[in-house]
Amino acid sequence: MPRARRRFAPFLPPGPVFDVGDAAVLLVVGVLLYLGVRIATGVPLVVPGPAIRLDPRALPGYALFSTGRMLAAYLLSLTFSLVYARLAAYRPVARLVLIPLLDVLQSVPILSFLPVVLLSLSAFLPRRVAAELSAIVLIFTSQAWNLTFSFYQALETIPTDLDEASRTFRFSSWLRFRTLELPFAAQGLIWNSVMSWAGGWFFLMAAEVFVVGGRDFRLPGLGAYLQAAAQSGDIRALLLGLGTLVAIIVLLDQLVWRPLLAWGERFQLEMVESQEPATSWFYSVLQRSRLVDRFVARVLRPLGEWLDMRLGGRPATDQPVVPPTSRRWIGVLFGVLLASGLLYGLGRAVLWLIHVPPASWEEIGKGLLATLLRVTAAVGLATLWTVPVGILIGTRPRVAAVLQPLVQILASVPATALFPVFLLFLLRLPGGLQLGALLLMMTGTQWYILFNAIAGASAIPQDLDFTSRLLGLHGLRRWRTLLLPGIFPYLVTGLITASGGAWNASIVAEYVEFGGRTHSVTGLGAVIARATAAGDYPLLLAATLTMILAVVLVNRLFWRRLYRRAEEQYRLQ
Amino acid sequence: MAENNVLMELRNVRQVYGRGPRSIVAVDGINLVVRRGEFVALLGPSGCGKSTLLRIITGLNVPTEGEVLYRGRPLRGVNPHATIVFQTFALFPWLTVIENVEVALRARGVPLPERRERALSLLDRVGLDGFENAYPRELSGGMRQKVGFARAMAVEPELLCLDEPFSALDVLSADALRGELLELWTSGQIPTQAIILVTHNIEEAVFLADRIVVMDTRPGRIAAEVPVTLSHPRQRKSEEFLAMVDRVYAAVAGETQAPAVELGSAPGEPGKTRALPLAPISALAGLLEHLDEERGNREDLYRLADDLRMEIDDLLPVVEAGEILDFVHVDQGDVCLTPLGETFAEASILARKEIFASRSRRVPLIRWILKGLRSAPDHRVPRQFFQDVLEWEFTPEEAERQIDLAIAWGRYGELFGYDDDTELLYLEVPEPAK
Repeated sequence: MPRARRRFAPFLPPGPVFDVGDAAVLLVVGVLLYLGVRIATGVPLVVPGPAIRLDPRALPGYALFSTGRMLAAYLLSLTFSLVYARLAAYRPVARLVLIPLLDVLQSVPILSFLPVVLLSLSAFLPRRVAAELSAIVLIFTSQAWNLTFSFYQALETIPTDLDEASRTFRFSSWLRFRTLELPFAAQGLIWNSVMSWAGGWFFLMAAEVFVVGGRDFRLPGLGAYLQAAAQSGDIRALLLGLGTLVAIIVLLDQLVWRPLLAWGERFQLEMVESQEPATSWFYSVLQRSRLVDRFVARVLRPLGEWLDMRLGGRPATDQPVVPPTSRRWIGVLFGVLLASGLLYGLGRAVLWLIHVPPASWEEIGKGLLATLLRVTAAVGLATLWTVPVGILIGTRPRVAAVLQPLVQILASVPATALFPVFLLFLLRLPGGLQLGALLLMMTGTQWYILFNAIAGASAIPQDLDFTSRLLGLHGLRRWRTLLLPGIFPYLVTGLITASGGAWNASIVAEYVEFGGRTHSVTGLGAVIARATAAGDYPLLLAATLTMILAVVLVNRLFWRRLYRRAEEQYRLQ
Repeated sequence: MAENNVLMELRNVRQVYGRGPRSIVAVDGINLVVRRGEFVALLGPSGCGKSTLLRIITGLNVPTEGEVLYRGRPLRGVNPHATIVFQTFALFPWLTVIENVEVALRARGVPLPERRERALSLLDRVGLDGFENAYPRELSGGMRQKVGFARAMAVEPELLCLDEPFSALDVLSADALRGELLELWTSGQIPTQAIILVTHNIEEAVFLADRIVVMDTRPGRIAAEVPVTLSHPRQRKSEEFLAMVDRVYAAVAGETQAPAVELGSAPGEPGKTRALPLAPISALAGLLEHLDEERGNREDLYRLADDLRMEIDDLLPVVEAGEILDFVHVDQGDVCLTPLGETFAEASILARKEIFASRSRRVPLIRWILKGLRSAPDHRVPRQFFQDVLEWEFTPEEAERQIDLAIAWGRYGELFGYDDDTELLYLEVPEPAK
């Protein structure tokens, strides 16, 4: 759950708007997509789904399934990020590829991958396994990037003196990892884990209810339960399901994340006590517990000792290891093979794309325009209400004390879990899904903006606020000279995340199977979903590629520049 | 026999950062021998590469050229017989005091009971018993550095490297810790065979070391070696001690050179560009006024630093600025006011600006900027242009600082102005073409 007072700077490595590395990365992504779609051609057009029981007694089981998927994906993400970030930080050659790759991957709308991943996996795996795996892959792709960046940035900013100390005392790689890297990165990793889980729920709910045409890839879980309850109009089950979801999120927050955040305070680098340390009642309970003490002394310490002795032998290398010539040859050979494979894939993909009829390209173009407009409208509307509210909360501590927890609970419910509930009402409105899709996208994006606006407003220095009061700045002028410029960098950060979220949400908001009927509006998300349903694979490839390209370009041409400007000109420090 | 006494030797060491035309030479042509039983101080102003040298000696940095010999053998990788005590302590904030000491032993694979025992006895020896389970942030600076010393001693190094270990401490703690270090060293309680101390504090070097190696800046070279023959314990107020300090001051400050050498060449021209010293102009005026009040318009550098309550590191750039502008010259450790400097000190604000302007026009960097501005059609040139050219001779940070300094000089002398929004340098009033 995102929180005020903490601003997450998006990772925007400096560089030209678009360079060879980006092109190469996009190419690789394109070829991978092609391969996925290619494999998917064998999937039958009708895939039967599971039966979802609305009996409340089934709920604990569903809740367990959902949480299990999240946990599996999170562990996968964490492992991935630790390995990937170390590679990128310590191997200059690897960094050349890994960092641009990560930069593109983080801006790709993940949900657009879902159909391709699902279809390709179910071509050779049993339906249930394929669906489970792709749910985990999907959550993984939503959780891994920010964790990786967080760890990478920590590795890059390790203070020189600590780095030199661990080198003069000749720490082994393991000891360095455990005494320097992990503790130094801990706070960032914990905060990003909290963010990752919040984002993960969104994609889990989307993956659990994925149905296109006759292909039913639903998974037994809370998301599917909520959807089934909404479809059958069972309000009791709907409320129970939502209650369970909120309960799980609140419990995880209280019993896992807050204690972790409080524990993470010890990894402050500053030599002074922090002003507002994170606290947790549960952590305090744990600290007082004898059982935990004993567990640490009897199990954790000896385990650490054992690991140190097993892994501690070799000192970490302090000079880059130059691979011997023979291994370099293998590298070259591998590179050549990879490149030729890529070229082949590229050729085939282009052949497919050529066969996409002009009418389909026209559809894609119109869809892109419509979705772009919808994303802009959703983000714009969300900004309109969140900025005043955010400033109101952020500048008044007393209001914040009351509203903050409420807003946090509201924001913690993943928008995708609410989609079926909203659809119950939205589809009856005039305009049907047109209005519905817009509102659905807003629910997925507004919180990012709100939280950043709150954080920005509360970070405005008191002396500036006093000065503006002394100068008699009121109303509109106070907003223009103090409040809006003050929150601008925060706002941009929030908007970047929000627009990413809106693109993602478009996939599930523009094409909806509800109550046995299909509702859709013009849009790129709808094109992707329809192509999946109809088994029109070249169209699926073309539409997915278009969306990725569009989002990457919007990020580079617009958001990145705006972010730079905000950082340079409006930083209050 | 004498050869066997050599513990560490540097031969023709040169360290270059960056590549191609923009590379920066940090240290150059360094030859240094450290023998067993010696306490050597590397002394020099900040930026002279003394810390770089320490990192080369310990094997943290590999020199671009030259050789590091340890016990007569070329050093590969980090020297396992050396440790560093850091200026910033370099303690792991998330580990307790004892864990911070233990971690050095842990890296050597010492098992837990022995590790704990050795760490405890070391903490005992530096007077930190009772603080084992405190976190570094709970300790004062002096106590933190004691942990740093205990950690370094834990691995029983043959060569102990001290990187300005006392400069982040308050005066009293630093004094106490220096005394304790000397006691450990002179009483032979520690198996350490040689100590290398990096410092910019002349008194500290004279108080502790057997030999002082004075370093010069840009590129860092060894300017002089001064043996310290005083016996321990040394009395700071004694005649011999003060005479020694004076001698070292003279070696550090050097003598004012002929104008051509002192000023250097303009950027882009062959030869080295003289960097503007990092000194505020108000401090220069203060220095000149102070000298003007002294008898004979001259004062000993050491006493000057004392009088003005300035660190020598902060004072030297001010003196250097005076030298460049020909307001003072340095002669055998004394700073003397020139007639021009005297005029400046006694002039009104406006007259001062005029003197300053006429003198700084002779400084190649300033002259070069003025020339650039005059030849531009509207007498405006983006700051980045000058900075880019300077980056051929300076690091990007240094180039940026040089431009900032030049702007300060230009503004004070009303030679040219600068608009921070547009990042343009401009001529105040377009001068008539010469």
